[in-house]
Amino acid sequence: MTPATLPTLGTPASAGAANGPAPPPPYPTTTRPYRPGLAERLYLPLIGGLMVTMRHFLRNLFRPGSRYTIEYPEKRRDYSHRFRGHHILTTRPDGSVRCVACFLCAQACPAECIHIEAAEHPDVNIEKYPVVYEIDMLRCVFCGYCVDACPEEAIIMSNNYDMAYFNRDQTVVGKADLMKPYTFDEERLGYRPRYPEEEVARAKMRREAFSLVDAARQAQAAAPRPPAAGPPS
Amino acid sequence: MPPSPPTTTAPAAPAAALDQPGGASGRGRAAVDSNLYDSVRSRFPAGSIVPAAPDAGVDQPTWTVRREVLADLAHQLRDDGETRFDLLMDIAGVDFPDRPERFESVYHLYSVPRNARLRLRVPVAESDPVLPSLVPVWNAANWAEREVYDMFGLRFTGHPNLSRLLCHEGFQGHPLRKDYDPAKRWLLTEDKIYKPHFEPTGDFDASGGTPDGGTASGADGGAAGSLSPGTAGAASADDLFERMTINIGPSHPAMHGTFRLMAVLDGETIVASDIEIGYLHRCFEKMCETHTWQQVIPYTDRLNYCSSFINNVAYCRPVEQLLGVEVPPRAVWARTILSEFSRIMDHCVCNGTTLVDAGGLTNFWYMFQPREEIYGLLESCCGARLTVSYCRIGGLSQELPPDFMARCRRLLEIIPPFVSDVEKLCDRNRIWLDRAVGVAAISGAEAVNWGWTGPCLRASGVPFDVRRAQPYDLYDTVDWDVPVLYGGDIYDRYRIRNLEIRQSLKIIRQLLDRGMPEGPFIVDDPHVALPPKEKAYNEMEAMIYHFKLIMDGIQVPAGELYLPTEGANGELGFYILSDGTAKPYRIKVRPPCFPMMSTFPRLIRGGSLSDAVISLGGLNVVAGELER
Repeated sequence: MTPATLPTLGTPASAGAANGPAPPPPYPTTTRPYRPGLAERLYLPLIGGLMVTMRHFLRNLFRPGSRYTIEYPEKRRDYSHRFRGHHILTTRPDGSVRCVACFLCAQACPAECIHIEAAEHPDVNIEKYPVVYEIDMLRCVFCGYCVDACPEEAIIMSNNYDMAYFNRDQTVVGKADLMKPYTFDEERLGYRPRYPEEEVARAKMRREAFSLVDAARQAQAAAPRPPAAGPPS
Repeated sequence: MPPSPPTTTAPAAPAAALDQPGGASGRGRAAVDSNLYDSVRSRFPAGSIVPAAPDAGVDQPTWTVRREVLADLAHQLRDDGETRFDLLMDIAGVDFPDRPERFESVYHLYSVPRNARLRLRVPVAESDPVLPSLVPVWNAANWAEREVYDMFGLRFTGHPNLSRLLCHEGFQGHPLRKDYDPAKRWLLTEDKIYKPHFEPTGDFDASGGTPDGGTASGADGGAAGSLSPGTAGAASADDLFERMTINIGPSHPAMHGTFRLMAVLDGETIVASDIEIGYLHRCFEKMCETHTWQQVIPYTDRLNYCSSFINNVAYCRPVEQLLGVEVPPRAVWARTILSEFSRIMDHCVCNGTTLVDAGGLTNFWYMFQPREEIYGLLESCCGARLTVSYCRIGGLSQELPPDFMARCRRLLEIIPPFVSDVEKLCDRNRIWLDRAVGVAAISGAEAVNWGWTGPCLRASGVPFDVRRAQPYDLYDTVDWDVPVLYGGDIYDRYRIRNLEIRQSLKIIRQLLDRGMPEGPFIVDDPHVALPPKEKAYNEMEAMIYHFKLIMDGIQVPAGELYLPTEGANGELGFYILSDGTAKPYRIKVRPPCFPMMSTFPRLIRGGSLSDAVISLGGLNVVAGELER
């Protein structure tokens, strides 16, 4: 660093002299540490501490339900229906993707992890659909902004939090995987738009939003069954 | 300094044009009088200090200061009985490429005894970006100036160790300059590494300019002379035998994150040390400038990730004030409650991990169980445990869950037993007392000089709490106390957190008794908040607003604002500058643990190495907000 030349840089001494000594601060200039009493110096309060640990020990021993530990993966934590987990691309009743490739989710995403390539939809009423819809799960911060932004309820989130991949290529999740519900359990859907009129509109929305479940069931039913292994006996 | 006439009649300098055209004054903000402290200003030449005009729309008294008088002025402001600005909150660099004096160094001062704030803007030109260092006045300036040097390339004469703080030593350029490409990448190699600066030494001419008088607070003492056995040259044979430099971290369980501590040991005693940070630096502030106002919220979660909800609130409040929107009472109520729960959680983490460092693993388990329950509450509100992003500008992201009250009541019952269990285990436990009492002690006056805030400062006997000094949300409507202890050591820092947990519970209990206010959870303004989904689906107008808000973002009127919030660690301040567009012009976070971390070498000097480990835990330094 080059030595800088500044005119009249004040020194502490000259500045202090202009105004006399500084007034004493209204808060302590020394510390007053805690002074242990005789009982503490004789380690007596430790008995109380030992009783605390003993109480916890016995309670955990005889009432295992009071433990906070969860035996994952045998047991899973119960999350609310607002949990922001793995994304799901919802489908129309015919099984096609609901997304109209409006790019609002990609625009709203703070992590810039959504990549969409749009194409013309054969149905003129729908106009566009995504040919490519990819979410980079390593970039995603699971803020739920894409769900907030979506005007079609085409992207929602699930309760799925245990995402693990074997290599980095798998972390970019494509359209096919996002459309595949990892579970048929409706209770494991996560963050998605909510409505104040819980009774009326929400029930309707549930039917529509969960059509992905129906679609997946239909798709499974329609899939050609594999031929039986051996001749029927 | 010869006395000179007051500068109240001085013509407005062009540098005062930070108040951009169409500034926030139009949003009905009360005029702030910056023509204060005449007796101090009259000691300086006319024109060297220009107070902001009353109609400039500034949020707090603001002076534009010529750099020639800055050092003297800083001394006067700190020492004068009328001003007594003893706490340097923050130094923020700002880059205005279009101005003749391109850079501005913005100092935020606070007076603890007077509860007053002052902002100093010091413009400097790009051709000569040099300012006087304020380290002789406030020790808090040490790291703050290093950060400004790192991010903007402003140089501070007289700084004891002007080196990069957050970026790697091999980094080229200054990332927060406007002409720095955010996507630029560097290959950083190990041939350029941070050279530890073991303060206090007298010879730091290698990188730090002229030797200066050292620190002003009387913190010196103890080690002197050559303390650099690891570096070339000065080590004598005596040093080689007696002293040893030991390196801890950056990946070390004792370092609570990623810090690197280099300590010179004499036997087991730390004679001098230096700390290197920046391993978790991700240039949050640069990212803010490339994202919309709303998109910054998920980033704020990652500042202090132990209490991310408070960060959300601390960021949203200044933006809401610039916008002039009023948050609905229901959201304010929920924000207050959840902030207090987050504070409890943060204190639990801090105390739990500190006691683990001292060998008390049981406390860690006890402390983490209430935290677990609070995470459950937050998850039921917003769908995430750690990175909540529950706040939105203007309110909350979604309605409170139907069982919110019941969950909060349950938490009020669960938390106190765990806290008292820990108190029974530790408060009078001689094993813990011997480790903690009197260790890493700092007096209130010195802590203020180093820029401390929050529970650690209150443990040193200074009852400064932003919730009390500048009440926001509902803190002035509830009955609670600011706990103060006088030990200033690890033990009192631990104890004050337990006391604060109880105060937070008291606040929450009163708010719950008051009942949940009716009304919306977010402001009903389509320029700020997304319209409800059912409207967006069914109404053309709402749909257009929905698209506009996401594609264009919130248009925040031009202006500047520094708004402090009491984070779990101390004053969490957001200094935001808007140029009227959808993206922030500049966001500067004042992380509460930043000044405390800069004190760390001073705190552990003279103690043993194992004391250093628990000192770090007791400060509750969170790398996410320290390094941003």
